[in-house]
Amino acid sequence: MSVTEMFSYIQGFLSADQDVREDIRKVVQTLEQMAREILTVLQSVHQPSGFKEIPSKCAKARELFSTVRTQIAELKTKFPVEQYYRFHEHWRFVLQRLTFLAAFVVYLESESLVTREEVAQILGIEVVREKGFHLDVEDYLAGVLIMASELSRLAVNSVTAGDYNRPLRISNFINELDSGFRLLNLKNDPLRKRYDGLKYDVKKIEEVVYDLSIRGLAKESESGGDK
Amino acid sequence: MKKREDAAQDREASSLPSSPVIAAFKVFQQELDTKHDKYERLIKISRDVTIESKRTIFLLHRVTSVPNAEEILNEADAKLDGVRQKIGQIAEELRGEDLHQFHRAFTPGIQEYVEAASFLHYIRHRSLISLEEINARLVFIGTEKGDIRVSADAPPEGAQVLTFQVTPSDYLLGVADLTGELMRMCISSVGNGDIDTPFQLSQFLRQIHDGFSYIGNTGPYEISKKLHTLRQSLGKVEDACYTLRVRGSEIPKHMLADVFSSRTTLMDPEEGVV
Repeated sequence: MSVTEMFSYIQGFLSADQDVREDIRKVVQTLEQMAREILTVLQSVHQPSGFKEIPSKCAKARELFSTVRTQIAELKTKFPVEQYYRFHEHWRFVLQRLTFLAAFVVYLESESLVTREEVAQILGIEVVREKGFHLDVEDYLAGVLIMASELSRLAVNSVTAGDYNRPLRISNFINELDSGFRLLNLKNDPLRKRYDGLKYDVKKIEEVVYDLSIRGLAKESESGGDK
Repeated sequence: MKKREDAAQDREASSLPSSPVIAAFKVFQQELDTKHDKYERLIKISRDVTIESKRTIFLLHRVTSVPNAEEILNEADAKLDGVRQKIGQIAEELRGEDLHQFHRAFTPGIQEYVEAASFLHYIRHRSLISLEEINARLVFIGTEKGDIRVSADAPPEGAQVLTFQVTPSDYLLGVADLTGELMRMCISSVGNGDIDTPFQLSQFLRQIHDGFSYIGNTGPYEISKKLHTLRQSLGKVEDACYTLRVRGSEIPKHMLADVFSSRTTLMDPEEGVV
C-alpha cells in the first residue's frame, strides 16, 4: 500500500467519523431544547404560587419526558452501540441535565433520591453498559449534584413563600446525600469539582434552618433537630 | 491521610447503616473504584510501552553507523515483541470493555509503539507500514494460566484470541512522530557519508507531508501541532539534500562528513524529536 493510498484510507475513515458526529450533534440539540423546556416547567415551583402546583407541574414534566424518550431512541440509531464512549462527550452534558430534571421531579413527588434505575427508566435507557445505551454512573452522580444546588435554592424560596417545614426536610435529605458522596473516592476530575460545590449547598440550607429555628418558626423541629 | 479518610468513611457508614441512599452510594463507590483502578493499571502499562518503544527507536538510530544493520534490526524486532506483550496486557484489561472509555489512558503508549514499529518497517522495506499491518501483529493468544503470548501461528485448541485495534487517529499521530525520527536519521546518515539515504528520505517525507495536507483539519485536534513540526523536519531534510546536490560535486567525499557535522550543530537537535 502506497503512502497516498494509506492516507486516503485514513481520510475516508475520518470523514465517516465526522458524519456520525454531525448526526449526533443534531439530535443532541433537540434533546437540549427539550431539557430547557422541562426546566422551565419545573422552575415555576420557586414562585410563591408554585408550591401548590407541584403535583401538576411534575405531571407536566413527566409528559415531556416521553418526548425525551423518543429523541434518545433516535440518538441510539445514530451510532453503533459498542462505541458509546467514543462519542460520549457529545451527550454527556445533556444527559446530566436530564438526570437532574428526572431527579428533581422524583424529589418533588416523593422527597426521595431517585435511583439510577429510575432515571434510566424515565429516559428510556439502560443501567449497565452491556445492554446498550446506558447511564454512566458519573453522569448520574453529576445530575444528582445539580439537583442539590437546586434544592438549596428551593429551601430559600419556600421560606419566602411561607412554607417553613420544607427546608427542614430538604436539610435532612441533603445531609444524607452529603454523607453518601463522602463514601466515594473521587479522582481529580469534573465530578470531583462539582462535588466540591456540595458543601456550599449544605451550608446554605443549614443557615436557612438556623434562621428558622432561632425565630421559632420551625415548629416540627424534631425532624430537623438531630443534626 | 488515606487511613484517616478510610476511618472516617467507616464511621459514617456504620452510623447510617440502613439508609437506602448510603447503600446505593456504597455500590457507586465500588463501581468507581473498580473503574479508576483499571484506568491506573492501563496508564502504568502505557508508560512501560512508551519507554520500551523509545529505547527501540534509539537502538534503530544506530543502524546508520554500524556495518551489520541486520543484527540491529533483529534486536529491535525482539524488543518490539516485548512491547507487543505489554500491549497484550492492555488488550487483556480491555476485554469486554469499551475501548474508548479508557482510550486516554493508553493512547501515548500506542502512539509511541506505532512510531517505533513504522520506523523499523521503513528501515527494512523503505515504505510506510499500513494500519492493517500494525493491527495484524497485535493478535494475542491468552493461555489458561492467564499469561499472554503474541500469536505467530494458528492458535492452539481451547485458547482465547484477543486482538487490539490501533485507532486510525493513533496511527496518524504515531506516523507524524515518525517524521521527526526520519529527519534525525537523514542528518546522521549524511554524517556517515551515506548520500543516497537523504534523497530517499526526503522523497518519503514529502509523500507523508502531502498525505497530512490532504487530511488537513478533518483529523484529530493534535494533528495541527504535529503538522507544524513535520514542516520543520521536511525543511531540514530538503536543505540537507540541497546542500548535497550543490556541494557534493565540489567537495571530496571524505570531507562531506565534516561539512555536515558543522551544519547539524547549527540546527537545534531537540526540535522535532518529540
